[in-house]
Amino acid sequence: MALPTRKFDAVVVGAGGAGLRAALQLSEAGLKVAVLSKVFPTRSHTVAAQGGIGASLGNMGEDSWLWHMYDTIKGSDYLGDQDAIEFLCRQAPQAVYELEHYGMPFDRNEDGTVYQRPFGGHSRNFGESPVQRSVCAADRTGHAMLHTLYQRNVRANTLFFVEWMALDLMMDETGQVHGVTAMEMETGEVWRFHARATLFATGGAGRIYSASTNAFINTGDGLGMAARAGIPLEDMEFWQFHPTGVAGAGVLITEGVRGEGGYLLNKDGERFMERYAPTMKDLASRDVVSRAMATEIKEGRGCGKDADHILLKLDHIGLEKIETKLPGIREIAKKFANVDPVKDPIPVVPTCHYQMGGIPTNYHGEVVVPRDGNNASVVPGFFAAGECACASVHGANRLGTNSLTDLLVFGKASADRLIQFLKENPGHKDLPKDAGDYSQSRLARLEGQTGGESVFEVGADMRRTMQAHCGVFRFPDMLDAGVKKIREVAERATRTEIKDKSRTFNTARIEALELDNLIEVARSTMVSAQARQESRGAHDRADYPKRDDVTWLKHTLWYKDSDRLEYKSVNLKPLTAESFEPKVRSY
Amino acid sequence: MKFRIYRYDPEKDTKPTMKEYDVALEPTDRMLLDALVRIKSMDDSLSLRRSCREGVCGSDAMNINGKNGLACITKLADLKEPVELRPLPGLPVIRDLIVDMSQFFKQYHSIKPYLQNAEPAPEKERLQSPTDRLELDGLYECILCACCSTSCPSFWWNPDKFVGPAGLLAAYRFIADSRDQATNDRLDDLEDPYRLFRCHSIMNCVDVCPKGLNPTRAIGKIKEIMIKRMV
Ligand SMILES: Cc1cc2nc3c(=O)[nH]c(=O)nc-3n(C[C@H](O)[C@H](O)[C@H](O)COP(=O)(O)OP(=O)(O)OC[C@H]3O[C@@H](n4cnc5c(N)ncnc54)[C@H](O)[C@@H]3O)c2cc1C
Ligand code: SF4
Ligand code: SF4
Ligand code: FES
Repeated sequence: MALPTRKFDAVVVGAGGAGLRAALQLSEAGLKVAVLSKVFPTRSHTVAAQGGIGASLGNMGEDSWLWHMYDTIKGSDYLGDQDAIEFLCRQAPQAVYELEHYGMPFDRNEDGTVYQRPFGGHSRNFGESPVQRSVCAADRTGHAMLHTLYQRNVRANTLFFVEWMALDLMMDETGQVHGVTAMEMETGEVWRFHARATLFATGGAGRIYSASTNAFINTGDGLGMAARAGIPLEDMEFWQFHPTGVAGAGVLITEGVRGEGGYLLNKDGERFMERYAPTMKDLASRDVVSRAMATEIKEGRGCGKDADHILLKLDHIGLEKIETKLPGIREIAKKFANVDPVKDPIPVVPTCHYQMGGIPTNYHGEVVVPRDGNNASVVPGFFAAGECACASVHGANRLGTNSLTDLLVFGKASADRLIQFLKENPGHKDLPKDAGDYSQSRLARLEGQTGGESVFEVGADMRRTMQAHCGVFRFPDMLDAGVKKIREVAERATRTEIKDKSRTFNTARIEALELDNLIEVARSTMVSAQARQESRGAHDRADYPKRDDVTWLKHTLWYKDSDRLEYKSVNLKPLTAESFEPKVRSY
Repeated sequence: MKFRIYRYDPEKDTKPTMKEYDVALEPTDRMLLDALVRIKSMDDSLSLRRSCREGVCGSDAMNINGKNGLACITKLADLKEPVELRPLPGLPVIRDLIVDMSQFFKQYHSIKPYLQNAEPAPEKERLQSPTDRLELDGLYECILCACCSTSCPSFWWNPDKFVGPAGLLAAYRFIADSRDQATNDRLDDLEDPYRLFRCHSIMNCVDVCPKGLNPTRAIGKIKEIMIKRMV
């Protein structure tokens, strides 16, 4: 039976920072847009971002987009595409001003301008010394930003489909995208959203690891949907491990803590980052700090009775600064680590945080794939922005604050390009005859499954496998075994069984469908990591400890069908600036 | 650990029941949400909302041993057994611990929760002094979890007419913002026997807010400004 259909000019999947910024642009342009979200928009994981948004406003002293650009490229370990990075850094100030005009409650300076704090990897004058570039609202920047964007969408009368989960892309045989299938959670009904253009802003997939700063809903649905439709995933071996997740709990402690003067200690009370990064110290890039911490722990200088964590000290910055600039952190430390940072240091460990890879796009947010000899052939009608997309501005390692900037800049840019696409391509094309059949068959498989394993068990094995075989340090034998194991887990995931077969708000079914997406992300990560024989940014191979620009200065593309890998070149040519040639990276 | 959890599936139950669970927890299960996830791994039919697991998204508000709160930041060690869990009171139940929040959001939307300023925006940021910015602290941090409004008797009786503590807190957030120019319209809208004046300062809202916010104080402020405006 064919599924019921709704028609829109555009459908946006995701209502986090990227989805809401895009939706606003589309609503204000007067288009008929549906914005789908698994959760009420303000519950999207952007809400958890703490530290800030990077933009060279120069409110605290001289700054320039070119310095921001240099830092981002260096941070990316030269894997970022320089056209997209220039675009990001040049647009960032405007994006922040817009957000301020929408009502964002930014922290302020005495002169009434927006306050900016230092953050890891951000420097003045090409690496000379730390710069204050991150705008923020205390340590609740993501919350303030997400609510502000939602509020602006209320004003613009954006049409939301809240608690609707997109299941699959609807693509025709030419490769054009015509919308998605989606399930209304409350009723269990499945609909086709027939749209002339589709924009994914589905966020990250940090839930492939056991220890993660990510929310339960960060299951990589956009990546799963794209991969199932035959679209490759780019640079999936690059996962950022944030230096300071609360040990045992995973909850994040922002780098803003170190920006405001906090630092890391090993069991001897040594401020060890001075050894690893003499200039930037605790504010070196995240991959560098996480690796230093993991090394300290590995070499027996970890803290606690199991010598398994590092301490983050901030009591010396004083009660007042903690209360005004880091109130949320104090709350988290008390609740999840049982310490009051005003007196005691917080136990932390590097924790899976951010996916640098994703659905390949250009800097207009158009999804691009290799086709007929063209590395970046546009998939008509398909756009992606935010953490699910790979433009690639973060390359092998993202700088803190650059994701929120990415959401604002590419949320808007992709919507602008989408509007142009609609102008050039008026009218709906017919849906392919079999549109929706694939989703129905997936659901039917789940309904009829007997003798399968529980979603919980398979999911737990996936997380354990990723954690053990593809963490901060990667070893060849572990990766080889990891590929084998994750394929086995993926195989088991095709036979998951849910006991609850009801229709009304069936969260067991939702979790099963989410696992299908997580599995694609996990597999692409492991396979891409095993193949990349070098160390770059967040990808650290014990057997290839050096970056190898001769062979590996290229993006990975993973295809779901038989785990096929292809590669494409990095764009080292900015839009207007001079190219930044790969150099040795030191902080 | 022992739990009694409100269960209701509209497809098969004529009325809700309290189901008992006795679960062996792991040492890593520290918060109530950890326990609920563990229970769900054994009984996948238990339905609840959750996402951030750190008290910032507002998904997992529920009634815990008689008091509204967020499961993810409620420590198991602080709870008396059997732990009784019910959906937020006063809103229609969709299933188990999941309530229909439409009425709550409708009230939030009704106060026009967005900055209004008719002047053309400057090229850079609008300026705001740190003192003016400080006025927004304790207001903007609301996570729309509805713990407050669903513990407020006035909201139970008039969910369609009384804005409720969360909505009023948001209204004051914009009134208090030096950049917002719609104070008069906002006050006009609230000057009504129900929308604002149904609040009888019972303070339940303050008592339950997991973010430590104080809607009663915000409501008092609105009333104060309204009175000042009259004279
Ligand atoms: C704890 C934490 C702190 C951080 N702090 C910072 C920071 O200070 N600065 C910074 O720059 N970055 C920070 N980051 C990173 C940054 O917050 C995220 O990368 C960013 O918020 C992702 O935004 P997004 O819009 O892409 O996705 P999200 O905000 O995750 O939103 C995804 C949206 O997609 C929807 N969705 C997903 N799948 C489906 C589906 N199948 N159907 C329908 N809807 C779907 C969800 O409901 C949601 O609305 C932080 C990240 C974490 C975890
Ligand atoms: S103080 Fe007012 S809003 Fe708060 S619970 Fe009481 S009546 Fe409700
Ligand atoms: S005021 Fe507090 S209790 Fe009420 S919705 Fe906001 S955060 Fe929740
Ligand atoms: S899960 Fe987000 S507030 Fe509890």
